[in-house]
Amino acid sequence: MKKAVFRIWRGDSSGGEFREYEVAVSEGMVVLDAVHRIQATQANDLACRWNCKAGKCGSCSAEINGLPRLMCMTRLSNLPLEQPVTVEPMKAFPLQKDLIADVSGNFRAKKRIKPFKPRPPDAPDGTWRMAQADVDRVQEFRKCIECFLCQNVCHVLREHQKHDEFVGPRYLVYAAALEMHPLDTEDRTEELKQAHGIGYCNITKCCTKVCPEDIAITDNAIIPLKERVVDNFYDPLGWLASKLRPKKR
Amino acid sequence: MPEYQTFDHDVLVIGAGGAGLRAAIEASAAGVSVGLVCKSLLGKAHTVMAEGGIAAALANVDERDNWKVHFADTMRGGQYVNNWRMAELHAQEAPERVRELEAWGAVFDRTPDGRILQRNFGGHKYPRLAHVGDRTGLEMIRTLQDHGVHRGIDVHMEHTVLTLLKEEERVVGAFGYDRDRGRFKIFRAKAVVVATGGIGRAYKITSNSWECTGDGHALCYHAGAELIDMEFVQFHPTGMVWPPSVCGILVTEGVRGEGGVLRNKEGRRFMFGDIPDGYKAQTADNEEEGWRYTQGDKNARRPPELLTRDHVARCIVREIKQGRGSPHGGVFLDISWIKERLPNAAEHIRRKLPSMYHQFKQLADIDITREPMEVGPTTHYIMGGVRVDSDTQMSCVPALFAAGECAAGINGANRLGGNSLSDLLVFGKRAGEFAAKFARENNPGTVNGAQVEEAARRALEPFDRAGSADGAGPFQIQNELQEMMQDLAGIVRREDELQRALEGVGKLWQRARAVGVSGNREFNPGWHTALDLENLLTVSEAITRSALERKESRGGHFRDDYPAKDAAFGKVNIVLKKGADGTMRVRREPIPPMPDYLQQVIEENQ
Repeated sequence: MKKAVFRIWRGDSSGGEFREYEVAVSEGMVVLDAVHRIQATQANDLACRWNCKAGKCGSCSAEINGLPRLMCMTRLSNLPLEQPVTVEPMKAFPLQKDLIADVSGNFRAKKRIKPFKPRPPDAPDGTWRMAQADVDRVQEFRKCIECFLCQNVCHVLREHQKHDEFVGPRYLVYAAALEMHPLDTEDRTEELKQAHGIGYCNITKCCTKVCPEDIAITDNAIIPLKERVVDNFYDPLGWLASKLRPKKR
Repeated sequence: MPEYQTFDHDVLVIGAGGAGLRAAIEASAAGVSVGLVCKSLLGKAHTVMAEGGIAAALANVDERDNWKVHFADTMRGGQYVNNWRMAELHAQEAPERVRELEAWGAVFDRTPDGRILQRNFGGHKYPRLAHVGDRTGLEMIRTLQDHGVHRGIDVHMEHTVLTLLKEEERVVGAFGYDRDRGRFKIFRAKAVVVATGGIGRAYKITSNSWECTGDGHALCYHAGAELIDMEFVQFHPTGMVWPPSVCGILVTEGVRGEGGVLRNKEGRRFMFGDIPDGYKAQTADNEEEGWRYTQGDKNARRPPELLTRDHVARCIVREIKQGRGSPHGGVFLDISWIKERLPNAAEHIRRKLPSMYHQFKQLADIDITREPMEVGPTTHYIMGGVRVDSDTQMSCVPALFAAGECAAGINGANRLGGNSLSDLLVFGKRAGEFAAKFARENNPGTVNGAQVEEAARRALEPFDRAGSADGAGPFQIQNELQEMMQDLAGIVRREDELQRALEGVGKLWQRARAVGVSGNREFNPGWHTALDLENLLTVSEAITRSALERKESRGGHFRDDYPAKDAAFGKVNIVLKKGADGTMRVRREPIPPMPDYLQQVIEENQ
């Protein structure tokens, strides 16, 4: 049987190193299978997150040969196996152990965004009416599996570590899903501008490139939000109008 | 006893899938403090894998639907050993639970007049499943998660519970560890809701994640609660079979709901040849009518591919065993054929089944809009679980509640697709509501230090062991258990094989008690697997003993040596309880007679 070598980061916040493991490779295998095989046979204490193994839960994010990917959706047949495959944890976040990064900051970031606030129901039975065409774009954002790969590659978070000043692409997608929800009546532009730091994003689209759900993060979520912020705060006519009529829609 | 970090909550919820989150939200809304413990990160629970939809008689697509039809469908699917009261509550309350999700921000697919769209699914008479493409579970868990985080619920992510703490008969909390550092934690609570999901990891071929090790089943059983219906394991008819590394991953029933058909290698739609008598009246007898049904023709009957999961799975097994399977040991599931009927079929498939398209394209190099998939049965769900009061979800142990997959009753011998997500919502809510009520009406109990110490000592034992003589580690023992359960207690069962399984479980217990682990307590999957193994062994024993006791075939339980249904067994549930000597006691218990008004509902909806 064919074999491949995996160079896997082992260590915790106090330090670590790459270790090499040789594994038998069979048809259809993905990187997560190889990591599991190593875990079961050579390194029982090798830490990695996973759940669904089908690209639906967003747990097994890692950097494979330097590229941020889901381990469960990265097939070995698409990697050059004549050289070792490097697997390491996402680097924008503090290291916990081995392939596990401390992503808890992302959960805190979400709490900072104002929750969904629907308009009163449209029908006497307490239900709403929405056309499919009007929910399509929100459904795109709601495909997000919270793998945090977009947060991981965002240079504002990764290189500049501005986790406190900038919520990051995942949460701009989240805010966009709320802002563009046909039923929502909340206004989040003030926070987007100030606390969430949308201005830090200079639309390099790194987030969009790594999204395993193919969400057009920059084009469909971030840029329209930036436009809303501009309309509300930098357009003199818009500013005047917002002072004269009740907030939003 | 050493000072372990201790948390105090009125209500502690164990598990953060659909049922656990819904319970936590409800308890929190009732004004009590709530702690939520989960093994993974929040929002990653197995609920995200649910694809098809949430069954609820909203009657948005077919106005003839109502709770009575849903109730009758659920009972027929469960072959009448369901807890009829739970089936009634479920059918009545599911629509409100779905509408509530919309009020919390869920964005379901829409009907042309702007309401929640519903799709066809196996065993449901009318289109009933509220859905979002084929990622309904993700929509549901995200909606609950996002709603829940603003309610002041304390979430303990990546924590595992080892044991429920008791004061005399009553539960007073739980004891566990954080996976990150391996530190022990005490969770004191006035009421505990267990919502830990399923047991799929007891089998080799499964759609379930690493988390589904029957933790709640085992925790409750060892705390004195009863388990019922454990012989009823659902093997979903359509899991991926190729390549080997993805074997078992779920292929949604929605594929068949949208017009997908099952064929053997001869190209024959074999389901037409085997329609059970109870379903003949409502099943199409020709391909044309079946197709019309999937396209919304209200006068057409459903195609036989949409018969209940237990039946479809057995038909697939038969085709494979009799040599009519596909090249990799499955059968063909074809949705691409609809291009003969629909313009823009490829676009339609990608829109209705986006994650199936993505999954096959990426993992198997198959374009489902152009070619058939290969599928075979995969362990998917357990109908059995903790026996609870139908209205409050409390077990026979005071202060201990259970909801969702780890609780039992609603589904009987076989669960209909879509009834799980609605079960999580309906009974998650009820468990949260009544746990909060219990917490308000009772004082906190006292944690027994000796029980905590014993649990801590046992949890650390694997580090001190040299390891089993044969060198098998926790992963190898888990593998052996999975292979054994797959072979001896799987889709088709026999007395002698089940006996061997029971002996095998006994031997694996011995080895599990001797297994050693390497490394330290920090995020150590070997250690975690060694600890979870005990839960898997407990549920494997429960499944096997119950399967031996039910000497008939019904729903998810098929006995080769008793292939027919036996009316006498149709009147009983198999109940398990831990005896005073620590052994598992099996008994048959009569199902209470159904009240006349429900009997009438069933007769009206034959």
